[in-house]
Amino acid sequence: MDYFLTDTQAEIQNLARQIAQEKVKPVRAELDEKEEFPWEIMKILAQADLFGLYIPEEYGGFGGGAFENCLAVEELSRVCIGVSVSFAASGLGAYPILLFGSDEQKKKYLPQIASGQRLAAFGLTEAGAGSDAGGTRTTAVLDGNEYVINGTKQWITNGGEAEIYTVIAMTNPAKGSRGASAFIVEKGTPGFSFGKKEKKMGIRSSATRELVFENCRVPKENLLSREGMGFLVAMKTLDKSRPGIGSQAVGLAQGAIDECVEYARERRQFDQPIISFQAIQHMLADMSTQTEAARALVYAVAKFIDSDPKDVSKASAMAKLFASDVAMKVTVDAVQVMGGYGYMREYPVEKMMRDAKILQIYEGTNQIQRNVIGAALIKEAAGKKK
Amino acid sequence: MNIAVCVKQVPDASEVKIDKATGTMVREGVPAILNPFDAYAVEEAIRLREKHGGKVTAVTMGPPQAGDVLKHTVAMGADDVMLISDRAFAGADTWATSYTLGLGLKKLDSLDLVICGKQAIDGDTAQVGPGVAENLGLPFVAYVRKIVDVYNGKMKVERLIEDGYEVVEVSLPAVITVVKEINTPRMPSLKGKMKAKSLDIKPLSAEAIGAEADKIGLAGSPTKVMKVFSPPPKGNRERIEGTPNEQAARLVEKLREMKIL
Repeated sequence: MDYFLTDTQAEIQNLARQIAQEKVKPVRAELDEKEEFPWEIMKILAQADLFGLYIPEEYGGFGGGAFENCLAVEELSRVCIGVSVSFAASGLGAYPILLFGSDEQKKKYLPQIASGQRLAAFGLTEAGAGSDAGGTRTTAVLDGNEYVINGTKQWITNGGEAEIYTVIAMTNPAKGSRGASAFIVEKGTPGFSFGKKEKKMGIRSSATRELVFENCRVPKENLLSREGMGFLVAMKTLDKSRPGIGSQAVGLAQGAIDECVEYARERRQFDQPIISFQAIQHMLADMSTQTEAARALVYAVAKFIDSDPKDVSKASAMAKLFASDVAMKVTVDAVQVMGGYGYMREYPVEKMMRDAKILQIYEGTNQIQRNVIGAALIKEAAGKKK
Repeated sequence: MNIAVCVKQVPDASEVKIDKATGTMVREGVPAILNPFDAYAVEEAIRLREKHGGKVTAVTMGPPQAGDVLKHTVAMGADDVMLISDRAFAGADTWATSYTLGLGLKKLDSLDLVICGKQAIDGDTAQVGPGVAENLGLPFVAYVRKIVDVYNGKMKVERLIEDGYEVVEVSLPAVITVVKEINTPRMPSLKGKMKAKSLDIKPLSAEAIGAEADKIGLAGSPTKVMKVFSPPPKGNRERIEGTPNEQAARLVEKLREMKIL
């Protein structure tokens, strides 16, 4: 379908597609098999100026928004979401600085992130604090001109590979979620180390590690916004980034459909290509319709976010929820259409199905997304005049 | 370093068909691309600029639509372009092309280096690189696979030869042609693409470069094509099948039979 992209948006889409097809597709199976971080591809994306799509020009970016970023993420995801998450997670780490950083912090870090010279990452989740971010145990205590951070962050995408981390820690544990603050911590800071690389079901080329803080001292000026703003920073960041997960889902589902349609035209049973069977056609028709609906929603939400409205939580959650459920269903069906071949590692759809599951889990499980949407419905209804 | 890169617009080889009657290439409806060997030249020029500063100018002689390949070089990172275009250039062979490109290059200020791809994939002659060097009166090194160093107005390069490579020192300015072993050409960048999009290319005419009428186009081309044909397949061959071990054993046996071993 034609979404009436501007010339610039079409250029972004074409460039990301070219890189995905020429540079990512040939190596995706090997990256998955070896669980190898895609550094070569990150360098290509950096040289192509894609890391700074959503960052203002004054900080070395391209000056686009969430929508431009979504276009690039979708094209990369069409061939491999292990690669696209490594790309997109840098944006997740950058958003806290972009949204809440001082001019000085923005000038120091954003150009490095926009150029792709250094990757960023976001550290919120802990062993005991997943959906319930209020359970955060990592602490930051002001001592002179420095904060001393202690604790462990878990399952951090780009952990160990990224050089700029935005981390949520409690500055006043007694105040619960109002006692959290956000900090910028650079790789190489004494007392900051990484756990082993986690072994995952899917997105295996992406790096997922623990961030370990042992009396890690960071300068006072690395505090983002004010003390106590940590959870607001986290929530606003996730509001901005969730459509990116939606785009991963749309790209992944489209990639699975691409593979399936091609296969179904070639594969012959009962003396005819299997795509001539209504049973197959109807599956493909549903997969395609659901994916297009997800794309339309994600694009609409990304454009809505770029209009800078006051509250985007509900819309953002919807984009992530709907698209990732679609991606899961479509990839399961893709394996079914391809039958025994679909189950084999020789074909890409088994990887796509393994990869899809994470989309329903990370950046807030789909159950949490429903909570967010539900809470927004209650709030809207309560605000209506009777 | 001020570097010029000579590029050519060629038909996409993966799409090319041969007209069986005339033996020539069917050009109609075939997409035009940057000659793949020239992409290595552009990449190397950009790398040299990144290391030593200066400016990269892409130069081509061709019809107005050849401006598209110049835009491609800008999307990769070239700073400036020169399109030499005039109906009078039509029908040029490598001799007339070298003369014409040479005149265009002379209009660029203080050139340190001219880089060309080793050959174009349509004509496959590999003659324009050295031809340009002759026309400019500059030293020339063919088939460069690595630029080792640039120092004191000189450059040390490795050039590919049949059974290895030679290390050559050449004084600058010079002309070189490069082979695919030299680098991996980069993808275009978004900023480059946007710059290329807004580029308004003003073609230089034969008059603008001061070309003499009898040295350009068909009139300036001594090449006469007598006949174009596909060579017949060579007969008398035997294919050795089997595992690598079996193939090797059979090959040695054969060579002994033929008294070569």
